[in-house]
Amino acid sequence: MVAQEREFTAPTVQLLTPEGALRPSPEAEAYLPLIEALDDATLEQFHRDMVISRRLDITGANLQRQGQLALWVPSHGQEAAQVGSARASRPQDHIFPSYREHIVGMIRGLDPVRILGLLRGATLGGWNPAENGNFHLYTLVLASQTLHATGYAMGIKFDGASGTGDPETDAAVLVYYGDGSTSQGDASEALVFAASYQAPEVFFVQNNQWAISVPVSRQSRTPLSLRGAGFGMPSLRIDGNDVLVSYAATRVALEEARSGQGPSFIEALTYRMGAHTTADDPTKYRTDDEVAYWAERDPIIRYRAWLESRGASAEFFASADEEAADVASDVRKRALEVTVPTRETIFKHVYSEPHPLMAEQAAWLQAYETGFEGGAA
Amino acid sequence: MAKAITAGLREALRADDKVLLMGEDIGPLGGVFRVTEGLQAEFGDHRVLDTPLAESGIVGTAIGLAMRGYRPVIEIQFDGFIFPAFDQITTQLSRMTLRHDGSISMPIVIRVPYGGHIGSIEHHQESPEAYFAHTPGLRVVSPSSPHDAYWMIQEAIASNDPVLFFEPKSRYWPKGPVDLDHSGVPLHSSRVIRSGTDVTVVGHGAMISTLLQAADIAGEEGTSIEVVDLRSLSPIDYGPLLESVGRTGRLVVAQEAYGSVSVGSEIAATVAERAFYSLEAPVLRVSSFDTPFPPAALETEYLPSPDRVLEAVDRALAY
Ligand SMILES: Cc1ncc(C[n+]2csc(CCOP(=O)(O)OP(=O)(O)O)c2C)c(N)n1
Repeated sequence: MVAQEREFTAPTVQLLTPEGALRPSPEAEAYLPLIEALDDATLEQFHRDMVISRRLDITGANLQRQGQLALWVPSHGQEAAQVGSARASRPQDHIFPSYREHIVGMIRGLDPVRILGLLRGATLGGWNPAENGNFHLYTLVLASQTLHATGYAMGIKFDGASGTGDPETDAAVLVYYGDGSTSQGDASEALVFAASYQAPEVFFVQNNQWAISVPVSRQSRTPLSLRGAGFGMPSLRIDGNDVLVSYAATRVALEEARSGQGPSFIEALTYRMGAHTTADDPTKYRTDDEVAYWAERDPIIRYRAWLESRGASAEFFASADEEAADVASDVRKRALEVTVPTRETIFKHVYSEPHPLMAEQAAWLQAYETGFEGGAA
Repeated sequence: MAKAITAGLREALRADDKVLLMGEDIGPLGGVFRVTEGLQAEFGDHRVLDTPLAESGIVGTAIGLAMRGYRPVIEIQFDGFIFPAFDQITTQLSRMTLRHDGSISMPIVIRVPYGGHIGSIEHHQESPEAYFAHTPGLRVVSPSSPHDAYWMIQEAIASNDPVLFFEPKSRYWPKGPVDLDHSGVPLHSSRVIRSGTDVTVVGHGAMISTLLQAADIAGEEGTSIEVVDLRSLSPIDYGPLLESVGRTGRLVVAQEAYGSVSVGSEIAATVAERAFYSLEAPVLRVSSFDTPFPPAALETEYLPSPDRVLEAVDRALAY
């Protein structure tokens, strides 16, 4: 029997064309007023965020090449998806990232040097979410954070901290993961739990087309956005290289979540322009044509064209570039100052409460090291 | 013991409204072993959650709930079904406090009905506790009596660390006294539950009943066996065990789990290291075989019996 060819499609919601014209696709019409209500400072902030993110990428890659980082995880190309969605969140929201959302963390108030500490091998976590804009730790086991996010959102709901009608306090959860991660069982289980408990949560998938070397077509026969619908939640596919639609769609989804209307799912179509990480060689698995196709859809060029058409000045763009350069050089300088933790750190915080093995082994290591240092037999 | 755990859970639910029970079929049904019977009716379905059928999902969402300040108590339906949650338990739950530099804790209890002797089918009779005792960041305990179960479940829930709470399901039905007034010993302490002078035997969970039977038989034959109940598998409290070995000079370690690379192996190695000069015989292990749990019709051949324990005791005495 010949397998039947079936076509599954979903519209891609877009506000800005690749040329930078504000021309909403039919499904995006409703978002227009949200954008029109934004002031110039906010619109300019989106641009600043995106150029900072891109600049930081260069710094991170260089630090890795110089042997200062074990790994760098680039986000060149994904700036619009990340900046728009992050700027749509409110301070009381909780963000659960995977490991590529450096600019999201920065927008939430995280010092990026903390991230470099992790990639430098100085820490396994590096920050306290409660003191860093509720931006939770990076997760290296793919998709496991989707469940933590869902549990957290269930907790918000059980606490009565969403759906009260007070936009100043109602909270929601925004969770990021990639197209490859959608194949993990945890990603599906998270959708089941979120839908069952109507958790205040937004699932934000950055479909950057590749999971290391495996194309999204190997992860899914359907547009990923159909996944959410299959679990019973509103699902949307957006142009992830359009910062305006990323902002508007996430903002609406978060507002619905906060106001008690349950979870939703956003697939942001984007592209990872560089390597997966500095350990990767993308020339082995993808074509120049494909990269060129996406380069024409660059999120920063497109948005800049629109800002220019609205009258943004050359000085503004220059100042944004300067700011990005300053951030990057500051981060670079401070990243090099991240120190090696003390050896006692190995045993610290493995448990919350005293644990005899930790005490015993720490004491043993101390005595062993002292034996060398003191030259004692 | 099942009723003692129910009573302990009820106390914990009453004492702290952040305590939540989560699991499959734990609501109106009360769990397949009825351990949560009546609790949803008493505390409501926002405290006792019948979850979707997804073990990784249960543990993973419990982690998020713990981050939010809740104290989830999870029921895994049967021992053999904990593995879909293995990743969340070992790579996430066990390391969350560490990765957060101690700024959060993970007060989650995972209740696992475990072990054989109930004549059940594949994946319903296993003893997977060593996987978790091998994982830093987790605590692992197993009660052997209703009294211990009642107190240990409450202490486990009060612990700010994740606790794997292994309930020996063959001991759910036998009755025993519970002293409601005092808790006895701390959660992570082992203890001598029967004194003897010739040989020490040590075990946990359902094996304790086998060891006590063996001690009875040996007593009739003139051999005095001391029985130590581990109660906690991570951390292991070696004090009472080493003192006992100091007195008897001989140790037999018994468990339902496979013998290789197990809790019993760990104890044998540690006692050999720390009590070498007290020992008059090598530490001997009695366990099931290193095979999958066989069809239930063969389980009495497979699981350590009082006779198999006594055979090891005889070997120890023969040195
Ligand atoms: C459970 C698990 N399996 C494998 C890996 C190794 N790994 C790291 S990133 C990655 C690809 C992830 O792709 P995707 O989810 O699309 O995210 P992206 O990196 O493209 O943003 C793989 C296979 C991992 N971290 N976790």
